[in-house]
Amino acid sequence: MNSFLTGDTIVFLLRGLGITLVIALSTIVLSFIFGSVLGIARYTERGIAAKLAALYIDTVRNIPLLLFIIGFRFTLPLPPVISAITAMTVFTSAMVAEIIRGGLNSIPQGQWEAAYSQGFSFAGTLMHVVLPQTVRRIRKPLMGQFVTAIKDTSFCSIIAVKELMYSGTIIMGKYVKSIQVIALYAVIALVYFSVNMLLLGISKKMVKEQS
Amino acid sequence: MFELYRWKELFQNWFVFAEGFGITVALSAVSLAAMLILSIVVGLVRCSGNRVLKGIMLAYINFFQNTPLVIQILFMYNVLPRAGIVLSPFACGVFGLSLYTGAFGASIIEAAINAVPKGQKEAAYSQGMDYIQTMFIIVLPQAVRTALPPLANQCVNMIKNSSALAFVAGGDLMYRADSWASDTLYYPQSFIFTGLLYLSLCLPLSKWAERLEKKAVRV
Repeated sequence: MNSFLTGDTIVFLLRGLGITLVIALSTIVLSFIFGSVLGIARYTERGIAAKLAALYIDTVRNIPLLLFIIGFRFTLPLPPVISAITAMTVFTSAMVAEIIRGGLNSIPQGQWEAAYSQGFSFAGTLMHVVLPQTVRRIRKPLMGQFVTAIKDTSFCSIIAVKELMYSGTIIMGKYVKSIQVIALYAVIALVYFSVNMLLLGISKKMVKEQS
Repeated sequence: MFELYRWKELFQNWFVFAEGFGITVALSAVSLAAMLILSIVVGLVRCSGNRVLKGIMLAYINFFQNTPLVIQILFMYNVLPRAGIVLSPFACGVFGLSLYTGAFGASIIEAAINAVPKGQKEAAYSQGMDYIQTMFIIVLPQAVRTALPPLANQCVNMIKNSSALAFVAGGDLMYRADSWASDTLYYPQSFIFTGLLYLSLCLPLSKWAERLEKKAVRV
């Protein structure tokens, strides 16, 4: 009978956490970029770009992430981690796009008119007037989506990506006693919990510093 | 992807997908009912005066909102049997989904109750109503309008998250599609068809949520 959490085990779990964070952070950064583009495209409501963005968002948002993760792994010739990041980015971009569009819609039309009357272009208005207000308003749902992205990395364990959840499952095989298994689950859950709380805390602090 | 004979075989095996679809729908429906009850109860406690209960509920909300659903379901499936509690995969799915989504639902209900003007509550109290009466007769009916669009979105999330049942071999649509695909190696066909089935469930719901949102903004 070995003792609970030995040095090796901790290193193994930390490596899992590392992969979880790599997948989560890449997803968050990439989907913030793609999501913004898609959300703005759909917000304009005119032209082929808006139609395509709407089609993409409506389709992807209504299909489970797990289907993308498994589907991409088995149909695209990509290494597991890249395939996981791709699937998660495809999915999360659609979610982020809807949040951004919702935020844009909540900005009064008068802001646009005022900026146009001052000679701002569409892009100028967006960058300098509308988006800064939007980002402030959508901070909460956006953070919620990013937290969800961190949690969703656990879905990647189904394609044997060695992230935290999967590393935990491997180690579990070593334990016989119930108390050890329960403690291991608790440790993994607490790690996800702490990472998410940390992210929420940082975002709260950033808002306070801004205002 | 477009090989006709593969699609033909898929439609000959339609019952595999139909069965999985049925389980996904049943799971989502049962979890939705449980989740709504849980959200309302937790939401009401969060808006009440009892500090201890409020703290416990906040702990529940924070914990379940910030840990992955997969861990919760795997915990119920792998660990609870060691304590003598053996749950079927379907039951694990119901408990997991309703506890997880209920944590989000409770925050929505709490926010919606707080959005109802305080005067409503005070007026009800002044008429001699107690907390439960005030909430169910006066406040909640008004809170529904604010709460419904985000709740509908949570329902869509719940249907999508029901695919987590595949982790415990729950026989839901995702699981059936995956196992059929690995039997036949017709991966793209199986996954595209499954995607369309999920879309047929979720798209009407999220469009409805979108309409409700627009209406709420206009009022």
